Amino acid sequence: MTTTVEPEPQERLQAAFDATIARHDRIEPRDWMPEAYRRTLVRQIAQHAHSEIIGMQPEGNWISRAPSLRRKAILLAKVQDEAGHGLYLYSACETLGVSRAELTDLLLTGRQKYSSIFNYPTLSYADVGTIGWLVDGAAICNQVPLCRTSYGPYGRAMIRICKEESFHQRQGYELLMTMMRGTDAQRAMVQESVDRFWWPSLMMFGPPDERSPNSGQSMAWGIKRNSNDELRQRFVDMSVPQAEALGVTLPDPELRWNEERGHYDFGEPDWEEFAAVISGNGPCNAQRLAHRRAAHEDGAWVREAASAFAARSTEEEVR
Amino acid sequence: MSDDHGSVYDGLLGGDSSQWAFGTDFEDPLAGVDTTVPEGTDAALLAEYCLMLGDDALIMSQRLSEWCSRAPDLEDDIALANMALDLLGQARLLLTRAAAADPGVVPALPEGSPVPAEDALAFFREAGEFRNVRLVEVPNGDFAHVVVRLLLFSVARLALLERLQGSTDAVLAAVAAKGVKEVAYHRDWAGRWFLTLAQGTEESRRRLLGALEALWPFYPELARTHPVDQALAESGAGVDSSSYRDEMDAVLDQVFAVSGIDRPEGAPLAGVRGRMGRDGLHTESLSRLLAEMQVVARAHPSGRW
Repeated sequence: MTTTVEPEPQERLQAAFDATIARHDRIEPRDWMPEAYRRTLVRQIAQHAHSEIIGMQPEGNWISRAPSLRRKAILLAKVQDEAGHGLYLYSACETLGVSRAELTDLLLTGRQKYSSIFNYPTLSYADVGTIGWLVDGAAICNQVPLCRTSYGPYGRAMIRICKEESFHQRQGYELLMTMMRGTDAQRAMVQESVDRFWWPSLMMFGPPDERSPNSGQSMAWGIKRNSNDELRQRFVDMSVPQAEALGVTLPDPELRWNEERGHYDFGEPDWEEFAAVISGNGPCNAQRLAHRRAAHEDGAWVREAASAFAARSTEEEVR
Repeated sequence: MSDDHGSVYDGLLGGDSSQWAFGTDFEDPLAGVDTTVPEGTDAALLAEYCLMLGDDALIMSQRLSEWCSRAPDLEDDIALANMALDLLGQARLLLTRAAAADPGVVPALPEGSPVPAEDALAFFREAGEFRNVRLVEVPNGDFAHVVVRLLLFSVARLALLERLQGSTDAVLAAVAAKGVKEVAYHRDWAGRWFLTLAQGTEESRRRLLGALEALWPFYPELARTHPVDQALAESGAGVDSSSYRDEMDAVLDQVFAVSGIDRPEGAPLAGVRGRMGRDGLHTESLSRLLAEMQVVARAHPSGRW
């Protein structure tokens, strides 16, 4: 007697999942997915959402001191957009079965991270422009490939976010361009700001490929689409002509065009500083988390009041 | 490496400014609107009146924007920023109108300074030259404080803007028509939160009553007639502030009634020999607010932003 061995349901599900990934199709919230895939996505999307929320602080630092009413409006609208991005991303994350409250708790207790760039201080108004140009520029390089990421809700959120980020990048660059047409003091302010943010921006792509522990599996799952070093190179190639057009220098003596590679060669970021900032000892890590925690705690009584009020209203409706 | 969304990089270096929401050059926000001062209206008084309404919006916006990244929830953070942006927009138009009506109100800057009039007015006047009511300048407190302040402010501003839509001044009428929609939302947001906090928990009710008690003395100044608005009302360009006091009271009484809160009894905040915010007599907090708001602009009086 011969019997055909039916594959285990688990194996069939895995095969369907693998086929979807291989076809570069999207995985949707109600599709089966391996637990490790779900966990990786939750970690990555939440980290991205937290980055948007913490990222409100360095620029928000200058809203009250914006030097023109037009710039104040642009900056306030931008920081507000970041809150909006945080909202979409938390919503995308909620489709994987975690709540915004849980994720907030993971951020506030330091169990989930956010982009290290926001642990650097903003020390002049030019930083508002530099963050738009370099930091948002680096974020776009990282995020554009994520528009095609394998998880549907994340990819769709990223399409909208990338459009807005690209708009922010232009606004930042335009601020710097305007300041460069201003006084000597303003030009010096721009150069000083670019000098401070260039290297941290390069670190936004993460450690070099040979030292990036999570990259391999994420690439295989189609969550991540390009390696850290590829994206970093793309960012440098993009930024050099922009710096020239702006009239600023980039603080890297090793930066030069390599005809053979068809790319710019550039120096090595300070990976020790990177490690220090990642592990919590950046210039602003404690301050950023303390600010977030204070806002959350100060608002606790308001959220309780809103829940109590909503519960009472529902009760009355039922009656 | 190419992809579908690579186009977001295009045009970063290009000269097409039409893709920028706020333009890339400094454009006159009143371009295309008839800025002639209406017949029978004194241009200097019109400018003062615009400063009063513009400064209310500017300082209130500054206080609201301080909430950015500090609200109890992301949704409220976004709502507060939105309202700050609306008022900032109103302030810009009104300050620009003040400068157009009477260039004499604009502080002098170094020769050749590219600083536009609205910014000269916002960043280079002293506290005593600001004409806002004192309610908008006092420092922020807790969330109940911003709810109560916004409720009192928007009840008055909505009543004013509704009437100002009929101004003989084309600019004021246009600013009012746009502002009515915005401030109606602000009043609604504040009213809903007022009710929620009043009926939420014991703690929220306690805090709400505390904020109401602290801010109530500033309320009467919102509807106090000033010689400037009286003169403008007579010429048809402005509105007498006391003309909408009854309406303000009626709206507030309705909110209080739904919320189960008694109208506070605190007496109005006195001035100094009758001078109050509209006359340039402020609380101690305004000069601190301005010190922060003006610091970068003042360090670069010939700066280009």
